[in-house]
Amino acid sequence: MKKSYKIEVDCAACADKMEQAAKKTAGVKDAVVNFMALKMNVEFEDDADHKAVMQEVLKNCKKVEDDCEIYL
Amino acid sequence: MTKKQRKVLIRIIITAVAMIALFFIPFGEGLIPAVIRFLLYLAVYLVIGYDILRKAFKGIMNRQVFDENFLMATATVGAFALAIYTRSGDYNEAIAVMLFYQIGELFQSYAVGKSRRNISDLMDIRPDYAMIEQDGELVSVDPDEVPVGSIITVRVGDKIPIDGRVISGNTTLNTAALTGESMPREAGPGDDVISGCINLTSPIRIETTREFGESTVSRILELVENSSSNKSRSENFISRFARVYTPLVCYLALALAILPPLVNGLVLHNGWNFSTWIYRALTFLVISCPCALVISIPLTFFAGIGGASHAGVLVKGSNYLEALSKTSYVVMDKTGTLTQGMFAVTDIHTDGISRDDFLRYAAVCEHTSTHPIAQCLCRAYEEEHPGTALPEADELSEISGHGVVARIEGHECLIGNTKLMSSHNITIPAGAAQGGTQIHMALDGVYVGYAVIDDVIKPTSSAAIAQLRKQNVKRIVMLTGDADAPAQRIAGELGITEVYSELLPEDKVSKVEELLSCKSDSEVLAFVGDGINDAPVLSRADIGIAMGALGSDAAIEAADVVLMDDDPLKISRAIAISRKCMRIVYENIWFALGVKILCLILGAVGIANMWLAIFADVGVMVIAILNAIRALRIRN
Repeated sequence: MKKSYKIEVDCAACADKMEQAAKKTAGVKDAVVNFMALKMNVEFEDDADHKAVMQEVLKNCKKVEDDCEIYL
Repeated sequence: MTKKQRKVLIRIIITAVAMIALFFIPFGEGLIPAVIRFLLYLAVYLVIGYDILRKAFKGIMNRQVFDENFLMATATVGAFALAIYTRSGDYNEAIAVMLFYQIGELFQSYAVGKSRRNISDLMDIRPDYAMIEQDGELVSVDPDEVPVGSIITVRVGDKIPIDGRVISGNTTLNTAALTGESMPREAGPGDDVISGCINLTSPIRIETTREFGESTVSRILELVENSSSNKSRSENFISRFARVYTPLVCYLALALAILPPLVNGLVLHNGWNFSTWIYRALTFLVISCPCALVISIPLTFFAGIGGASHAGVLVKGSNYLEALSKTSYVVMDKTGTLTQGMFAVTDIHTDGISRDDFLRYAAVCEHTSTHPIAQCLCRAYEEEHPGTALPEADELSEISGHGVVARIEGHECLIGNTKLMSSHNITIPAGAAQGGTQIHMALDGVYVGYAVIDDVIKPTSSAAIAQLRKQNVKRIVMLTGDADAPAQRIAGELGITEVYSELLPEDKVSKVEELLSCKSDSEVLAFVGDGINDAPVLSRADIGIAMGALGSDAAIEAADVVLMDDDPLKISRAIAISRKCMRIVYENIWFALGVKILCLILGAVGIANMWLAIFADVGVMVIAILNAIRALRIRN
């Protein structure tokens, strides 16, 4: 399953970090952060509960870039 | 300006005012005034830099050491410490570095936000509601909730929210937001209309044929919004470069702080002179910030794609924009791309009767027929005599595969191909037949002339080919499934020398593969087709350009670049846009790298101080961003 989320982040390098962090989260198959469109496209593993996974993604992103936000 | 940006702006102003004020306060001599002075400067420093320090600290805790916050924090804390150690009391430098860094960041976030808004304004085609009739009243609902087959009403001035077919009302539609074409389009009952057009003159009722999510407007928005996710080689190069550059400069700075003093102290015995070299190392750190590159390259692509979509050229990703700029082979399909794919009477030669009579007899003979060629003749008559009633034929028989024999106004009229003529023993004068399909006519056993029916070349095709040649496209090749003679004729008219005709769809693929194998790696082959049966070729070429593809899903899927209308001039337009965009990208890369390397050298030998370093850093970024935004503006 794929879902798209609106995000808030200040710089291109930070967006790159968020992408890396989201990719490493369990339950996420792939993630692409589009800094210019301020969007995160996440592809989930088949059996993952996307709400719970996104909470983890947000936590991991906050760890690498304190100033970011994902609108769930 | 957002709340966050306003907060930073206030901090910048406070800091600037405080710096000037502190400069004029006489502190006097002694330890206590020096301490007070230090504390005051420290307060100003914290006002401007507290968030950077916090982020740098957090970064270290989370093992994300080498980011720009770390660089700025180290450089400024170092400068502060150096000022205390050398008792120079020059704290201004550290504060100024923070100050200018923040100004640069503020400018960057403002500029990015602004171009983001610009681009979404350009693509302001998302309909907010659909009007459906409920109990005799119009109710506006979310377009997402309208099922296929519903009847929606589009008022004057509204956007058509969902693709569908007009069931009542005649109107004019503005398609500019979709195609970049300012010419309005007419629509009446039975016509298919696409979402995103603006209804200009009168209300229409539409039966929807798709869901909102599948409608043209949603697909286009999705395409544009996701386009910058396909990163180009330059973007990947820059992010890889930034990942190496920052740590590299940090280690160089460390080396600069340690090695020269050691050499000085141990080998040359000139004294250690640590403070000078540490200062130079700190200057290094300020220059090492890769912001200008990291932000300006994706911004340029984003602006370029945004500007292109405004001109009716959808590019599916930065990588395709980059490839498009290197186009040196353009392979084109004939029907539907260079020609309109619609047959029409292109020429009439008469012998002994007037052109008008010829057309009238032809129309009378053919108006009962459903054959496409027959309909062309009727259309030609109708165009020249709109609204005129045709006389009835006294007798009329259609001979399949030959033509029509009729009796009109007392004449026996034969109209058809050469087979019909020879079966009635009528000789066609030599030299008569030229190109296309000829329809001959004989009246009372005498040959009176012929009409040429052919695919019509688009009015801009010739100019489009000339433009491509001007853009240094090395080879322009036309592929067609059509017979050789008409293909050669059209190619000749357009000035295309390389033509391959009578190709089946799979032959087109192998022809394109053949061309792909004879070009060099740095050259790009673009295939342009109308997308109806070209999907395999579109995906095989380096760049597949589908034209007039509005509503054709297969083409939008298969192509890398989608031209929203069917004007072949858009091909050279797309190439021009991509070249401008790439020129800006390279300008920014070379400019930013050049200034940085120059400053690194000047910093290492002690010519550039920290002030120059921060000016170089922020200045380069500002110029690079302004340059990047240029890609948004597309000249007509």
